[in-house]
Amino acid sequence: MAAGPKIEAPTLDALPTVPAIDPGAMAASKPYVAAKAHQEPLGFPGELLPDWEARAIAKLGELLGKYRSLRVYLDICVKCGACADKCHFFLGTGDPRNMPVARQDLLRDVYRRHFTLAGKVFGGLVGAAPLTRERLDQWYSYFHQCSQCRRCAVFCPYGIDTAEISMAAREIMDSIGIGQKYSNEIIAKVHKIGNNLGLPQPALEDTLLGLEEDVKEASGQDVKFPLDVEGAEVLLVTPSADFFAEPHVDGLIGYAKVFHQAGLSWTLSSYASEAGNFGMFIGSYEQMRKIALRIRKAALDLKVKRIVFGECGHAWRVAYAFLNTLAGPFDFLDPRYPVPQHIMELTRGFIRSGAIRLDRDANADKVVTVHDSCNIARATRMGPEPGSQFVYPRDILKAACPKFVDMHPDTTHERTFCCGGGGGLLTDELLDLRVKGAKPRVEALKQVVESHGVTHLAAMCAICKSQFTKVLPYYGYDMGMVVSVHQLVGNAIRMGEHS
Amino acid sequence: MAISGVSTFYAVLFYAATAIFLGGLAWKIGQYWRTPSPLKIAVTPAPVSAPGAALRVAREVVLFESLFFSSRWLWIMAALFHAGLALALVRHLRYFQDPVWEPVALAQPFGIYGGLAMLGGLLMLLARRLVIDRVRFVTAPSDLLMLLLLIGIGISGFGMSAMARVDVVMVKAFFRGLLMFQIRPLPIDPPLLLHLAAVAALMILFPFSKLLHLPGIFFSPTRHQADNPREARHLAPWAAKLEEKS
Repeated sequence: MAAGPKIEAPTLDALPTVPAIDPGAMAASKPYVAAKAHQEPLGFPGELLPDWEARAIAKLGELLGKYRSLRVYLDICVKCGACADKCHFFLGTGDPRNMPVARQDLLRDVYRRHFTLAGKVFGGLVGAAPLTRERLDQWYSYFHQCSQCRRCAVFCPYGIDTAEISMAAREIMDSIGIGQKYSNEIIAKVHKIGNNLGLPQPALEDTLLGLEEDVKEASGQDVKFPLDVEGAEVLLVTPSADFFAEPHVDGLIGYAKVFHQAGLSWTLSSYASEAGNFGMFIGSYEQMRKIALRIRKAALDLKVKRIVFGECGHAWRVAYAFLNTLAGPFDFLDPRYPVPQHIMELTRGFIRSGAIRLDRDANADKVVTVHDSCNIARATRMGPEPGSQFVYPRDILKAACPKFVDMHPDTTHERTFCCGGGGGLLTDELLDLRVKGAKPRVEALKQVVESHGVTHLAAMCAICKSQFTKVLPYYGYDMGMVVSVHQLVGNAIRMGEHS
Repeated sequence: MAISGVSTFYAVLFYAATAIFLGGLAWKIGQYWRTPSPLKIAVTPAPVSAPGAALRVAREVVLFESLFFSSRWLWIMAALFHAGLALALVRHLRYFQDPVWEPVALAQPFGIYGGLAMLGGLLMLLARRLVIDRVRFVTAPSDLLMLLLLIGIGISGFGMSAMARVDVVMVKAFFRGLLMFQIRPLPIDPPLLLHLAAVAALMILFPFSKLLHLPGIFFSPTRHQADNPREARHLAPWAAKLEEKS
């Protein structure tokens, strides 16, 4: 981070603190625009089209017919402002355009102008506005300041979900040639190579062999990290950051130890070597489906019986809530198990059945709290009961760690605050936004650090892990504080003694 | 008695307002109904069955459940206004019924309190909209006009009993007449004419404004969907067509 403006973390407040509005504070924040080379592989125009305004309106019309959420949510907002102080980006920046309602209005005003009688007749009186170049720039800036975390949708009296609006806006922008470089470049890599990092099969194989050696050295056990093994019981699909980044890779080691100890055969796939699905971030059903179909093909080719996902928030949303829709039906898999399953469903089951044993003393040096990832918290389940997405990680953490503390209830479970890096914002040019967006989460963390001596923050999402390791130092916390849930499992699991 | 131009005007106005209100609502509801949801997007934790999801929507409609946990003050104001309006509406049913239903007769005194609660809630909502910087930022002129229109309905309603004693028997005869497609005379009292004009305006604006939150809440996918994507495959017609292609 040599060049660019100096990034400073805001001063932390005690919860809850709502800032006074500061119009335009974040107007200059925007991600790099996708170049031709990033746009065209996805079938999007390479640059802003000359007749972009008419095409944008036509695309909005198309989406209104395809998405009930968009159709209804653009109509029914009463501007009550209940959502206004619920967004971490507003709380962290004070920019009123980061209030969910005001973010939505950037699109809603244009909808009113072009698609409603009131907007056509009364114009500005009802808040209608034309799609000008200035408005398009605001779209690009502020629809890339939404991490699609859906906290607003929890509190809205009508369930209006700003993620649906920002996805639609991004889809419109892609269709007129003004896409986001970070997401679109990554999606092209998945289509071409199979994962977000662009790791080809040989590199992946090398990495996994290296991990086998590391684990052998550390524990003396022959824990395997199988790749492309036909006939394995389980296909594990995990975010590609798990192959390299810290603390992600310690989570991957944790999954491998769980499979090893439980005696369940598993494999990774080099073709579907990515759990993440950035198609969701850009709001494209087609892109999301294309990525999801790789997982179906890998499961068929490798003749597995179950599909299990590793620790990743948005990936679990696409997997849990969308995979059956996008790439189903999965009638070729073992019908005794849900499709797909989360690794925590397996691990918790093994702990309860005694298939694996955890020695909590291994983590006795830590006081652990957990960050509920927004997509897991507000868009999925893990077990059969509503709310199991909160129970399962906590059951596992309590089984692996002697000291576990929850953060303030207004910042956990379905009220969890986003890490500040979700929704396709985990890119360096947005670091200022990411640091500010993490403010509410870090405030809650600070509270338990000071009151309960919390030393570690357990995360269950690749993006959260990367984001926290990057932004916590700005607030004076060590990046080593961030751990994977399965890293703690991997520390605590008793190796070798099969029961 | 000769029918004045004013009575004829109001008769036509209410027929038109009713037609626009019902027709507009039917059109919007049809539009919402026909628009598919390609993905399961219930905000979780969510009920896993359809009846559970219906109950969730019912709690939102009746109790404003999400708002309760979102902003307690706003919930109080919104509840005062909406519950007050509901009571006032029930009280007004007597203008359309002969004989008046027993529950409507019993609700008459509560209708007055309802009207007061409604006005109180509206005034607080208006003050809030002007005072809180966040809410002021997202307020369009129409948001204020809508509140003023409702406040106008409330004040003119109370004005009839407090200032000018309006001949309510004649008003009832007028509306009973409309139900039977007969135009009968309406008392020419400014508070009444203002009250009725404002109500007609509200009915006409309904399908074109944010008042669509009333039907819209029933079509909000984050609330009305059951959380069962692993158990049952969900596929929108347009998404199924993609599968035919590949």
